[in-house]
Amino acid sequence: MQAFTLARPNGLDSATTTAAATGTKYIAGGTDLMQLMKNNVEAPTHLVDLEPLGLSAIHIDDNGARLEAMARMSDVAAHPAIIAGWPVISQALLASASPQVRNMGTMGGNLLQRTRCGYFRDTGFACNKRDPGSGCPAIPGENRLLAILGGSDRCIATHPSDFAVALVALDATVELHDAGGSTRQLRVRDFHRLPGDSPQNETNLQPGEMITAIVVPASPAARRCTYLKVRDRASFEFALVAAAVAMQVTNGTISDIRVAAGGVGTKPWHLPEVEAALHGQTLNDDNLRDAAMQAGQGARPASQNAFKLPLLRNVVLRALRTVAA
Amino acid sequence: MQILGQPLNRIDGRLKVTGGARYAGEFTAPGMLHAALVESTIGAGQITGFELSEAQAMPGVVLIITPQNAIRLGGQNGAPQTVHAPLLQDMTVYYNRQHVAVVVADTLDRALAAAASVRVHYQPGEPLTRMESVLDQAYVPKHFRNGSRSPDSRRGDPETAFSSAAVQLEATYTTPIENHNPMEPHATLAQWNGTKLTVWHSTQGISGTQTSFAALFGIDPTDVHVLCPFLGGGFGCKGNTWPPAILAAMAAKMVGRPVRLAITREQMFTSNGYRPQTIQKLRFAAGQDGRLVSMRHDGFSQMSMPALGEYSEPVALATEMLYACDNVAVTHRLVATNASLPTYMRAPGEAPGNFALESAMDELAAQLQLDPIEFRLRNYAEIDPHENKPFASKALRACYAMGAEAFGWSRRNPAPRSMRDGRYLVGMGMATSTYPTNRSPASARVSIGANGATLVQAGSQDIGTGTYTVMAQTAAQTLGIPLGWVRVQLGDSNLPKAPVSGGSMTVASLGPAVLAACQSVRGKLFDMARADRWQGASDQALNLANGAVVGPDGRIPIAELMAHRGMQAVESTAHAESGPEKQQYSMHAFGAQFAEVRVDPELGEIRVARYVAAFDGGRILNAKTARSQLIGGIVYGIGMALLEQTHVDEETGRVVNANIAEYLVPVNADVPPIEAFFVPNDERRSNPLGAKGIGELPMVGVAAAVVNAVWHATGVRVRQLPIRLEEIITS
Repeated sequence: MQAFTLARPNGLDSATTTAAATGTKYIAGGTDLMQLMKNNVEAPTHLVDLEPLGLSAIHIDDNGARLEAMARMSDVAAHPAIIAGWPVISQALLASASPQVRNMGTMGGNLLQRTRCGYFRDTGFACNKRDPGSGCPAIPGENRLLAILGGSDRCIATHPSDFAVALVALDATVELHDAGGSTRQLRVRDFHRLPGDSPQNETNLQPGEMITAIVVPASPAARRCTYLKVRDRASFEFALVAAAVAMQVTNGTISDIRVAAGGVGTKPWHLPEVEAALHGQTLNDDNLRDAAMQAGQGARPASQNAFKLPLLRNVVLRALRTVAA
Repeated sequence: MQILGQPLNRIDGRLKVTGGARYAGEFTAPGMLHAALVESTIGAGQITGFELSEAQAMPGVVLIITPQNAIRLGGQNGAPQTVHAPLLQDMTVYYNRQHVAVVVADTLDRALAAAASVRVHYQPGEPLTRMESVLDQAYVPKHFRNGSRSPDSRRGDPETAFSSAAVQLEATYTTPIENHNPMEPHATLAQWNGTKLTVWHSTQGISGTQTSFAALFGIDPTDVHVLCPFLGGGFGCKGNTWPPAILAAMAAKMVGRPVRLAITREQMFTSNGYRPQTIQKLRFAAGQDGRLVSMRHDGFSQMSMPALGEYSEPVALATEMLYACDNVAVTHRLVATNASLPTYMRAPGEAPGNFALESAMDELAAQLQLDPIEFRLRNYAEIDPHENKPFASKALRACYAMGAEAFGWSRRNPAPRSMRDGRYLVGMGMATSTYPTNRSPASARVSIGANGATLVQAGSQDIGTGTYTVMAQTAAQTLGIPLGWVRVQLGDSNLPKAPVSGGSMTVASLGPAVLAACQSVRGKLFDMARADRWQGASDQALNLANGAVVGPDGRIPIAELMAHRGMQAVESTAHAESGPEKQQYSMHAFGAQFAEVRVDPELGEIRVARYVAAFDGGRILNAKTARSQLIGGIVYGIGMALLEQTHVDEETGRVVNANIAEYLVPVNADVPPIEAFFVPNDERRSNPLGAKGIGELPMVGVAAAVVNAVWHATGVRVRQLPIRLEEIITS
């Protein structure tokens, strides 16, 4: 780790102004950034601590939930209104990491966590994401855990978040605040970028811009939802494949359906092909099965992860059946 | 008063849970500096130069050691447990993440930061990273089992017997690289005083550490003082003296100040050995009567480049002796790759070898349509068929019977994929365990004071399994005093010599020495009592109890015996080693392992749902620490079966998952209720305490039991560890 300074801003504008300088990063819970700094993957010279800003409230009203950026994963997961109105969020958070990590990890930080790709996290390897243009040894290498969707010939690193998968399914938005003091909103589906030719650019955040809150709309579907995560280890592991499904059924017909997947994409992966196959259809097992088989269109598996496509379809089907039951 | 055998708490437990136990990396010395390793980023080649100016200019940096300024070391004539390379003695790179430089600075953070700023220039070569690609270049080990065994053995004519047998199996089993990852990473603090060296070092063998440092620095072993009061686990990776420890002492010598070198978790994957990848080719055959007629086990284990040393995973030794079969051949071969030197890891050889052996036994039983236990019983070895001599004891039949009963084996429907619970496929599998009963010469000193306070001292070390406690129990029992009167001192090379804490032999080696020293103390006290009152009394007529010699007509406090002789304490040092029993008997511990797995056939998730195991560990000296060993070993085995694998990038030979987020070991959610117990066996033939050693035994057979259960659940035979869910969902 390289030496750095730590600023503790007294307000939002002071934070964003400080953070706009080169070599500066925000630090929230620090559960990921500290690892990256210890491994010299990140070497900021200045850190802006978001802790003094507060920003940890959880607001619930009839329209939805507003989760401030510094709300802890454990607090959101345990919030009774979240469990009632958006169980998939609580489930996705509880399927993440360990209790200790969830006590520190934040809403905003979770969306910004970096890939677990071992090539990215070790400066002894080339990596286009860490060192643009240096190459990607992961694609021909140890790629079992990497993405089958959304990759490019520069990068197939998997996005690691469970929470973001639930947000993509529920079509949540992020509130952003920039150094000029202005704010904007962005759908979570548009927040992360595909690697393309520039895998180093992972989000549409501008320099200094900060996530201040995540807004999740309320809906009947959001109350009838599930998060299913498959992994080698029973706990404290990132997903091989995960699915978030939310469904509204009106008189036996699927009137609202939201499906997203984790562990398979270079960003939290929305599955409109599954939604399209089910929207307006009668709720029956044949329709669920046919729709699940649509999942993962355009998948391009690497040498060790072809199993993720059939597994994705099985996971989506199981999650659909769970919410249908 | 029975103390041995009781389920007693560790006497060092409070120290450990309150932070009072000090580990190597927690010691400090006045003026201490910190060292950090710089590692290569190529897998093979030559270093052509270093760019040090940036790192040298960083705050706090005192010295950077490279092969260009490193002290030249001696000792190439091979002190035991010494790893001689790489020690910055030349510019050759043998593997990726090889240590190529050491940065010494005033704080750990500054040393690490500067180490990251050292630039190394290379003439890269082409690393050889996949043993599969060069299996035809396998070679015979030169120092198999340090020369104590032949790498090959053969009895009868297995080839002819195979070709004419009714039931045949030919299969290849593979196990991956696994890393020990004890909780405590290696750490060394080295302090020179002239030509005398003191090292606080995390090691399973302070005596080997002493001779290693002496040999490499060309000093007398008595000038090396090694201290290791506590270990946070070792599992084999702290058996040798690895290069970082030596580099700490080299740095301390060069800067003239004490230096601590604590390696990082990432460095644990390439600095202190690992269980090598194995490829095992088995050809087994049986008659229709269910009797084995041919067993051939050809083991290939992956190695570093030979310049770094030699380690051979002895996968097929159990195949020589576990079953009665007239025609058996085993071979062990090495395959050099550009990797760091592998080493012993909990149940070296037995764990991966047993996975192949006991999987093959399960496959043959299925072909024969025999119950897996019945098949093993039909081939039960009454005597050791390899050594052709009786076992000191063998209670394996009881293990099968009591294990099967406790597990409910009779409920198993023999057909694969026949048992379900809702959406889950249920499978039951079993395997036999065995591990040799080892023993090495050991010494101990015991001293009892006038008030009965007793000090037991030995140059052993408690790897974390309870050596302090069991030695205290041995002394308390033999001297007739409460456990709380005994203090045990280990982990100091000035104490009487004891062997490495490896091969499950500490209790069997050190226990008899402590026992003998206590018996000698007891004899001295009896002699004093005879001189004072009970002339001619036999040993049987005397007893020691609560600080007094008890005789025919009363008791004499030992304080009284000592007082008028002007003595403060009675002390004895004893040496103990194997006698003729080693030639007379084959000595092994045994066990039977039973796993129930639940497999979700659509999601592929495999979870161990229930686990039962019965062991013949000889005589058990502490029922609690012993049970902890069993449970720990089984958890270790579940990790081997389902999770553990070090992934190496084929192009560069660099480990891709050098951290414990992506190197998976079981968490609590992976571990089912475990019922593990010992079958009765109160023998004394193996050694004076009758202890067979149980550190490694319980993990032997776990992987096979789980694999066999997965086959029973799904019909899928997995021959490659760890078991991956893709083998289930895509089958």
